Amino acid sequence: MDLFEYQARDLFEAYGVPVLRGIVARTPAEAGAAAEELGTAVVVVKAQVKVGGRGKAGGVKLARSREEAEQHAAAILGMDINGHTVEAVMVAEGAAIAEEYYCSMLLDRANRCYLAMASVEGGVDIERLAEERPDALARLLLDPRTGLDADAASAVVDAAGFADDVAGEVARVLTLIGTVYRESDATLVEVNPLVRTEDGRIVALDGKVSLDDNAAFRHPEWADLRDESRDDPLEVRAREKGLNYVKLDGQVGVIGNGAGLVMSTLDVVAYAGKNLPGMPKPANFLDIGGGASAQVMADGLDIILSDPQVSVVFVNVFGGITACSEVAKGIREALIQLGHRATRPIVVRLDGNAVDVGRAMLEEYGHPLVEVVGTMDDAAARAAELASAALGGN
Amino acid sequence: MAIWLDHRSKVIVQGMTGTEGRKHTTRMTMFGTRVVAGVTPGKGGQSVTFEEDPIPVFNAVAEAKHATGADVSVVFVPPAFAKGAVMDAIRARLSLVVVITEGIPIKDTAEFRAAAEEAGVRLIGPNCPGIISPGRSNVGIIPPNIARTGHVGLVSKSGTLTYQMMFELGDVGFSSCVGIGGDPIIGTTHIDCLEAFQNDPETDCVVMIGEIGGDAEERAADYIRDHVTKPVAAYVAGFTAPEGKTMGHAGAIVSGSSGTAAAKKRALEKAGVRVGRTPSETAMIVRQIMGKS
Repeated sequence: MDLFEYQARDLFEAYGVPVLRGIVARTPAEAGAAAEELGTAVVVVKAQVKVGGRGKAGGVKLARSREEAEQHAAAILGMDINGHTVEAVMVAEGAAIAEEYYCSMLLDRANRCYLAMASVEGGVDIERLAEERPDALARLLLDPRTGLDADAASAVVDAAGFADDVAGEVARVLTLIGTVYRESDATLVEVNPLVRTEDGRIVALDGKVSLDDNAAFRHPEWADLRDESRDDPLEVRAREKGLNYVKLDGQVGVIGNGAGLVMSTLDVVAYAGKNLPGMPKPANFLDIGGGASAQVMADGLDIILSDPQVSVVFVNVFGGITACSEVAKGIREALIQLGHRATRPIVVRLDGNAVDVGRAMLEEYGHPLVEVVGTMDDAAARAAELASAALGGN
Repeated sequence: MAIWLDHRSKVIVQGMTGTEGRKHTTRMTMFGTRVVAGVTPGKGGQSVTFEEDPIPVFNAVAEAKHATGADVSVVFVPPAFAKGAVMDAIRARLSLVVVITEGIPIKDTAEFRAAAEEAGVRLIGPNCPGIISPGRSNVGIIPPNIARTGHVGLVSKSGTLTYQMMFELGDVGFSSCVGIGGDPIIGTTHIDCLEAFQNDPETDCVVMIGEIGGDAEERAADYIRDHVTKPVAAYVAGFTAPEGKTMGHAGAIVSGSSGTAAAKKRALEKAGVRVGRTPSETAMIVRQIMGKS
């Protein structure tokens, strides 16, 4: 889960990372009131979006009065920034900036540990800096058991070449970043820019934080941070039912067991559809996991059939532990539960444990919408063919 | 020979008294895996009967190892307690620890993985189906009867694609099949498996299954080019995955332009690996390599 800047700011503040005061606002009037409450000569109105490039898009403006803050907020709220609609702004104190730095801590998958980075050149696109002038970006691999402790922080600050008069304070802030990372089960904490103000303070001016969803069970406070406004409504509904569903833009609904097999199923459907009229594509990712109970199958079919673009469903199950007879039973009971709502053809491929019984059960059931096909590739081809025909209006 | 696991391996099940642990211990013992002990803190002194044989339960892995001579552990403990269980197995210096549990926080995995490396303990997983050496031993949840013993080595991030590939090549047979798991941080990697299969006289060919996310496949490709002389076939899942969406496995995510299936396929092909477009096509490539088309 990625946080908004204002959520990151609040998290930083809770751990003592120096930040400026900032108030989130969802209407121009709220933004005006926030500017007045802050009471500084200058405030900054900043679009809250989980995507880069807001500055270039005009999503960050200075305001010198309540009215000006309201005007800027009115312009920024509702703005589209790289496909994200702005639904909130943060009104923050203005600061007189003397220098801009960069620092971050993140998960390094390749090295299976954490990575701390810092640069005396902040406020820029850090990926570009890393590419064009790698020497300007200090990088230090961290043992996950000690993380970004005081020693590691000093080492990064030394390597980045911070001036003596700020090195101590930057190292202190970095150590706090390390604490935020550890205590919050983060996978990324980035401060860009970290600034030195003209009165000599070191302040985190903008922050980016990603949290590890696997750790949600030990962070009940995360429930308040979740933002589903950008999620597809079908994805939200699927999540409520405990289903692992990702909406795509195609016509062949896919249900399978196991993440790898489902990803593979999407690819095989796309290959099969590539040379057909209308080029049908997979409509979704849906992993029903190890078991395939009737309820899970019914919930899955229900979600998929709620997508009006879907013209055919492909159920691809390899019975490992689960017996195919159970899967067949699940499909049958799901169709009974769905009744008249099951309106589109369902191509089924079953293999593995008790496959003969499973296939025989589906045959005996003889539902007019269900078609059993022997192999994964053939079944994908059949599903794509049906979707292609539906697209052609045949 | 198979890699890391054979008929002599003595296995501890951590979490054996729980529902999942009990179910899979039954399956492992039916297959012939030598399960010698269970570990559940607070339940030491009890025993659980499988196939009419009582298996003793201990409070800690070190006790279980001392009493039974076990050298392998498999972990079915829920996410909140998994780190404690794995650290217990590492401290007892078992040779192999297989972590089946899905949903362990990355921080916990990062910490116990570092500890395992330092202690010289081989870790497989987490969020994996385990390892099977067909006909000899099975540790984890891989269905044991899909494939016979043979000379293909298999390494895969995905459980069900492991089963699918074992099924497609059931008659060709496998030396060992390793499900390394789909989390962002895992113990044993594609490269570790490639190295072990390269050195295993019983393995003639390796099939490698990857998926979107990270750059493990790209690094495996470099390793193959420089160190693997045995033929390698590969399959990569997730060509149709959209950017920025987690596809089931916590680690399966395309971030910006990195971690794509296309990039992985290109890297593998550049290293001389034949990459199938579907699991079936990949199985056909393996058949050709093994002279069984």
